[in-house]
Amino acid sequence: MDRTAPERIRRRFVIGNLLERWLPKLVVSPLFAASLVFVYGFIAWTIYISFTKSGVLPDYTLVGLSQYLRLWSTPRWYVALQNLLVFSSLFIGGCMIVGMLLAILLDQRIRAEGAIRTIYLYPMALSFIVTGTAWKWILNPTLGIETFVRGLGYPDFSFDWLVDPHFAIYTVVIAGVWQSSGYVMALFLAGLRSVDDEIVRAAAIDGAGPVRTYATIILPIVRPVFLSAIIVLAHISIKSYDLVVALTGGGPGYATDLPATFMYAYAFQRSELGLAAASAVMMLMTVMAIIVPYLYSELRGRRR
Amino acid sequence: MTSLKAFAIASAVASVMLPVASLADGTVEVLHWWTSGGEAKAVGELKSAFEAQGGTWVDSPIAGGGGDAAMTALRARVVAGNPPSAVQLKGPGIQEWAQQGDLADINDVATSGKWDSVLPPVLATIMKYKGDYVAAPVNIHRVDWIWANPQLLAKVGVTAAPTTWDEFNAVADKLKAAGITPLANGSDPWQDLTLWDVIALGVGGPDFYKKAIIDLDPAQLTGDTMIKVFDQMRRMRGYVDAGYAGRSWDLATRMVMNGEAAMQIMGDWAKGEFAAAGKAPGKDFLCWPAPNQGGYILNSDSFAFFKVTGADKIKGQKVLAGLVMAPDFQRAFNLAKGSIPARTDVPLDGFDTCAQKSHEDLLAAISGDKLVPSLSQEMAISRSYRGEFLDVVTQFYNSDMSSADAVRQLAAAVARVKAQ
Repeated sequence: MDRTAPERIRRRFVIGNLLERWLPKLVVSPLFAASLVFVYGFIAWTIYISFTKSGVLPDYTLVGLSQYLRLWSTPRWYVALQNLLVFSSLFIGGCMIVGMLLAILLDQRIRAEGAIRTIYLYPMALSFIVTGTAWKWILNPTLGIETFVRGLGYPDFSFDWLVDPHFAIYTVVIAGVWQSSGYVMALFLAGLRSVDDEIVRAAAIDGAGPVRTYATIILPIVRPVFLSAIIVLAHISIKSYDLVVALTGGGPGYATDLPATFMYAYAFQRSELGLAAASAVMMLMTVMAIIVPYLYSELRGRRR
Repeated sequence: MTSLKAFAIASAVASVMLPVASLADGTVEVLHWWTSGGEAKAVGELKSAFEAQGGTWVDSPIAGGGGDAAMTALRARVVAGNPPSAVQLKGPGIQEWAQQGDLADINDVATSGKWDSVLPPVLATIMKYKGDYVAAPVNIHRVDWIWANPQLLAKVGVTAAPTTWDEFNAVADKLKAAGITPLANGSDPWQDLTLWDVIALGVGGPDFYKKAIIDLDPAQLTGDTMIKVFDQMRRMRGYVDAGYAGRSWDLATRMVMNGEAAMQIMGDWAKGEFAAAGKAPGKDFLCWPAPNQGGYILNSDSFAFFKVTGADKIKGQKVLAGLVMAPDFQRAFNLAKGSIPARTDVPLDGFDTCAQKSHEDLLAAISGDKLVPSLSQEMAISRSYRGEFLDVVTQFYNSDMSSADAVRQLAAAVARVKAQ
């Protein structure tokens, strides 16, 4: 009661000022703490576990590089890596080509474009589990395409990639491309629509045909779309797990194993936490090898 | 924290003041993954038997991944210091947890129940850690069975079970020539390993099985017999239809039932599928022991007992351990689940002919020392070793690898785990 009015106002002002300065930090801090513990803390923990002899439970006795040595002498790990390479390159390449072609065809001002666009985009609404299960039935030799075509009167027709260990990984690519190319199409279509009509018309006056117009004028203009599409597809392919589980279950044998399914099998089915952690660290390093140069170029570009 | 402590003190006081109400009953929490049809019914038998004694049963069924999900939950519970009283665990999985020091000794129950004299010695060894019982078995499943469709076999004039793998091949070739799929099999790697398991016993015999698979003797792992086992496995691949991708074992059983395939090699949990469809053994389907040189591949489900605190929980755990091994319960449980009692002294009247045959062969195998724990069903060796067998066998079966290469890869994989 003995305080004067100006002093009260000043105090309130100071508090308001403090709050204004600290509020953003205060609001962000729980998120920051959570990601510190649950992302970076667990990454550090996994790296530590990969240097221990952990089996069914974490065991903090350090054993040096022995889990890594064992990992790199396991044939199944090489199968998983090779599959990742085949799958990501074909999946990314396939989605880009199919998506781009669909976008260019749709860009020709055709009738019922809205309906067709929706149809191509629909697979994206499904989860990979649904896609995998549906394609498992379609590709099964005694249920799907093979039996159907034989029924049409071609008894020698054979399409058994799903049960052939050399070709099974390509069935995963087919299902993946079917699901994700619609999304790439949508990205490209948005890009194509943003190209100025004047430029296209100018090219036409200069005598450029449609192929030349797309190849040398329009596609270079929408180049940023390529980058965003590739980044999105790359991370889908590296973390890909559910599609393989639903479509082939990693089989036949372990012919369609990916690093993610390999890690799951060792951590949860075989009581080999140490080896599983080592494979997880290898996956992390793969992702870093892609992300770090990208982040670097992004940050440098922004500074300039 | 303080309220928890207050609650703990209050309940401690209450248990002192009301010893009758809490101590006489006992509480158990049972973690298991028996969630489907006959299995859920079987576990219900245990629950009602326990509750009939006045205890409190806390059910923790965790379905999914053939127990993988339950194991993940168990790990979290043990790390947090709050394990369930009893967990559905089996084979060397019991030893893994015992080595961590997490299992409780239930020797007093086992001694008073004379478990040593009623359990097959092979099974008793698996239930013990350093000579003390830490787990109790509820049943015995036989793995080396052929489930056959008598109508299809009659078409090619086969009525008697093959006693060697050569005879089996002759039967299968006849079926194939008649346009009948000889063998139903699915695509899970463990199904491939089950097949291999049965072949290893039948081709090599019980002594080979023990030396090569259980002792992991390098000479046996790379010997000629092992090559022959893989050769027979290769022949089996030719007897399976092309549509096996993504097929589960019960769908394969249904193929035998519906006359789409003549035989399936699978443990006697397959019998549950026939029973559920109302089929009678001997008439609608046949259960033949696979060619096995007098051996018997044992699979058994069991409960391992974890170290719990509190008189109430310890009491419940002991009651449960005794109950699991009680003859009446073993009878009721196994009638529901389709297996046979783990106790060899329980009479099998009222069980079907397949179960009676299984029991008879089990006693013969015990006395002849020809009983072996199953590799494929995680009874024989630790999951690390089993995983290596699984990888090599399924890779061999699903590719055109030669038997010599498979044997070489298997020996290298086993050596890798040993060096660990």
